[in-house]
Amino acid sequence: MNNQGRPTATDTAPPRAAKKTFTTNRALQLEEPLIFEHGRPDVTGVDLDEPETFASRLGGLEREETIGLPGLSEPEALRHYVRLSQKNYSIDAGIYPLGSCTMKHNPRINEAMARLPGFADIHPLQPQSTVQGALELIDTLAHWLMEMTGTHAVAMPPKAGAHGELCGLMAIRAAIDARGEASTRKIVLAPDSAHGTNPATAAMVGFSVRSIPAGADGVVAVESVRAALGPDVAAIMLTNPNTCGLFERDIVQIAEAVREAGGYFYCDGANFNALMGKARPGDLGVDAMHINLHKTFSTPHGGGGPGAGPVVLSERLAPFAPVPFVVRNNDAYALREQASGQSFGRMTAFHGQMGMFVRALSFMLSHGSDGLRQASEDAVLNANYIRAGLADILSSPFGDRPCMHEVLFDDKWLDGTGLTMLDIAKALIDEGFHPMTMYFPLVVHGAMLIEPTESESLASLNLFIATVRDVAFRIQRGETEAFHAAPIFAPRQRLDETRAARNPVLRWTARKPIRG
Amino acid sequence: MANIRYTRDHEYIAIDGEAGTVGITDHAQKALGDIVYVELPAVGAIVARAEQAAVVESVKAASDVFAPVSGEVIAINSALEKQPGAVNEDPLGNGWFYRLQLSNPSELEGLMDEAAYAAYLETLD
Amino acid sequence: MRFLPHTHEERLDMLGAVGAPTIDSLFAAIPVDKRLTQPLNLPRGKSEAEVARALGRMAAKNTAADTVPFFVGCGAYKHHIPASVDHLIQRSEFLTSYTPYQPEIAQGTLQVLFEFQTQTAMLTGMEVANASMYDGSTAAVEAVLMAHRISRRRKAVLSGGLHPHYAQAIQTMSQMAGDEVVSMPWDVHASEDISAQIDASVSCVVAQTPDVWGNPRDLTELANACHRHGALLIVVFTEAVSLGLLRAPGAIGADIVAGEGQSIGTALNFGGPYLGLFAARQTHVRQMPGRLAGETKDAAGRRGFVLTLSTREQHIRREKATSNICTNSGLCALAFSIHLSLLGEVGLRRLARVNHANAVKLADMLARVPNVDVLNRSFFNEFTLRVKGDAAAIVERMAARGVLGGVPVSRLLPNAGFDNLILVANTEVNTDDDRAALVAALEGAAS
Repeated sequence: MNNQGRPTATDTAPPRAAKKTFTTNRALQLEEPLIFEHGRPDVTGVDLDEPETFASRLGGLEREETIGLPGLSEPEALRHYVRLSQKNYSIDAGIYPLGSCTMKHNPRINEAMARLPGFADIHPLQPQSTVQGALELIDTLAHWLMEMTGTHAVAMPPKAGAHGELCGLMAIRAAIDARGEASTRKIVLAPDSAHGTNPATAAMVGFSVRSIPAGADGVVAVESVRAALGPDVAAIMLTNPNTCGLFERDIVQIAEAVREAGGYFYCDGANFNALMGKARPGDLGVDAMHINLHKTFSTPHGGGGPGAGPVVLSERLAPFAPVPFVVRNNDAYALREQASGQSFGRMTAFHGQMGMFVRALSFMLSHGSDGLRQASEDAVLNANYIRAGLADILSSPFGDRPCMHEVLFDDKWLDGTGLTMLDIAKALIDEGFHPMTMYFPLVVHGAMLIEPTESESLASLNLFIATVRDVAFRIQRGETEAFHAAPIFAPRQRLDETRAARNPVLRWTARKPIRG
Repeated sequence: MANIRYTRDHEYIAIDGEAGTVGITDHAQKALGDIVYVELPAVGAIVARAEQAAVVESVKAASDVFAPVSGEVIAINSALEKQPGAVNEDPLGNGWFYRLQLSNPSELEGLMDEAAYAAYLETLD
Repeated sequence: MRFLPHTHEERLDMLGAVGAPTIDSLFAAIPVDKRLTQPLNLPRGKSEAEVARALGRMAAKNTAADTVPFFVGCGAYKHHIPASVDHLIQRSEFLTSYTPYQPEIAQGTLQVLFEFQTQTAMLTGMEVANASMYDGSTAAVEAVLMAHRISRRRKAVLSGGLHPHYAQAIQTMSQMAGDEVVSMPWDVHASEDISAQIDASVSCVVAQTPDVWGNPRDLTELANACHRHGALLIVVFTEAVSLGLLRAPGAIGADIVAGEGQSIGTALNFGGPYLGLFAARQTHVRQMPGRLAGETKDAAGRRGFVLTLSTREQHIRREKATSNICTNSGLCALAFSIHLSLLGEVGLRRLARVNHANAVKLADMLARVPNVDVLNRSFFNEFTLRVKGDAAAIVERMAARGVLGGVPVSRLLPNAGFDNLILVANTEVNTDDDRAALVAALEGAAS
């Protein structure tokens, strides 16, 4: 039973006494109703002439019922969405140290490039002779990815990291089928600290997961892998650096052991930001690895997506890559859109997240080989700087030793205070920060995973460290009461997740709106 | 007081004759936090000892609930659909999950009694 | 490097604070013989102006839709997007925020998702919708997996009107998962009888309307047939604007709806990122994949929104999750929601009528071209054209004359006997001049 859950209902402590305003606004904190509460069915913000009379040819399938959509004029729409945007934290506003999420600066040149009509306004199925520059871009990005990772091929279609995992495991599954071992190799090894997507993905392609333990030092020992290997093992899924922010010390021996046992090595590339120009996964023995362009290569997260998850492949998995892919003949590019040979087929419509490809290549070209290496070095330096600034006052599950691009603490330092990691996170919100990742990885009690990325200045890091120290000192002094009510300065206080889950209200309905 | 037996996974079965009422213990509901949803087996389902028979969800965790012993499901607590909080408030009473017609009562011998379960909980802290 | 704040001195100071003699000492866990000692074999960094020039040159080699008479559709459609949509989605607070895990400082994103879910549910005529999927094709794949979970059966029947890419994506996933797929023959005239395939072993039927050939389909009888056998009807669409004029999937008996939302708010982008729309009946909500925003209250009693029912998701359920999905298509969902708010009921319906009226006009013009036949009796804004000769070559010849005239079916289905078919889409952006140019190019290219 998973008892690692965190508090989810709101405290019943009375809300802070505050002067009420007539509007319930508080200066720049502006309340905004739902579009359904102020839009009108007969208002539109788009001018379009009604067509001349004509005989419709819909085969008698015209919509009879109204849709119920509200409309807004353009000024109303601007105001609605600008007001909503002001309720969000963002990387442009401050440090966003979510461990394993790599919230780095999103250069605006990327946005400008992605919006060039030659990239944004071209159709995936227009003649290939009219999109040679687009195919060149995909081919160039693929070249950069292969060079950086030391691999032989890259599958561009996956739409996000998890989709990339699916692609990688499908390639592995196809390779095992081709060897005639589909019925015997059904196990995927994964450490307990793995991202939840790893076991979920393995299950989708018909594998089951055998857990391997990490050692007391936070990394997987090759002995533990050897003990779990056998003729039933299809693959291992490892994150490197792992979700504890540590480089998997035995990774080369692990790769060799898995290969000798007839399995494949899938690497979760979520944390590639630590390794650019420092080490190449292909050299370490990786067979497949997805790359989150929205993490390492700065394509914006957009409040949850879209992402992009190209998968680099070793020589022995390359023949099983999905379609489509770009081939180059001298200076002409062509798309291979139909599966042939050993390709496992198609996993999505069209050719992948082109808009994200443009942004990622713009980021890579801007950095170059020198800048990418410097970015990884700075990311690792920044994480260690935070570690050095906080290790004496927080608690480190695997001892205070160098980390890669993210630093992990646990909640031992909160023992006996009556506070949880959630309270700390909410207090940081009041201080103007986005909190770190909490309660992940699951193997560490009350985990607190901090990833500053290379984008933070020294001043920004110092303020973050000083703030966390102040929080810790307040707790040491026993000033814990106020934590339970935090945040009090955000657009909303703690939200009642229990209520949301017990009685799900997933859409607006005309009848009974809850009044705030 | 009914004869209640416990599993190491924190399910209980309150036995009366050839049948028993199954749920999760007070310790389990506390560990899970606010229960928001319970997925129950169908009436008539045949369940085997230690196999998943139900799922209980809190906001941040979903846990399988295993059958303490083998048998046929003869009733389910449909009220939990609307009031999952009953599992938190009264796990051994209104928060029951389902009733089981035992197919192999001797399996009960493998379960803990009240005192043994209390001692087992001590070892977990 | 303009994106990296530290000076050389600052880096040295920080190393001192960390107690590391060199930066490489922090990478000591990497095996010595695997550390890169040379720079990667890639160019050095470029200034912003150099990047703009390098990528600008690649972009200039492509023919943008706005610059030519443009009739390419088949799953992605050229529509005008109001300038305010792109302006708003580039607001820092939308563009550069993460998934709303801290709801107190993410109410903007969460309210948008709640509004998006409601708009999607209304548009599809369904009870609930999720916070979006990667694109229409992956939404269709997830819909099949969801139907299998609900029905506890593992056989999907695919209509011959389903977009071939969608069908292939479903086939790939099913083959990997060991599930069965029955594909109906490609059905240009919407004359197939799927009902005969449905029995108690079938989990779901996947049918598209308007179908890939452009035919709006009446799926009411198919829905009834599914329900008689305990199977689910999954309704797919690739042109969201059509829902402004055609009957909603929910009104014709759909159990799950999976569609492509690119048409409203998202540019063509050479195929991605796009927007998967996903809706279902309330009773199946706990089997839905993807994220969901829900309404609740904060500690002060004010309305607020949170991500909810997350126990279905991979980070909790791991191998028992409903799906492995983490990201949705949040920014595209925002663009969809803004564009649809601007359109409103009256604007969307008018937009749909203009699309249809333009397509009717074009179909009548093309019907008069020698050796060209419009195969559809009915259509929304796209139809299938039969030409004399090789359609792919004709489309290429039209492109050489500066007209992007459609998609040759052989591009999707080579060697399937459809070498003389072209799919032609006509939206509100096409003018009478564009249509005349297409007719002229076709007359020239087909002769």
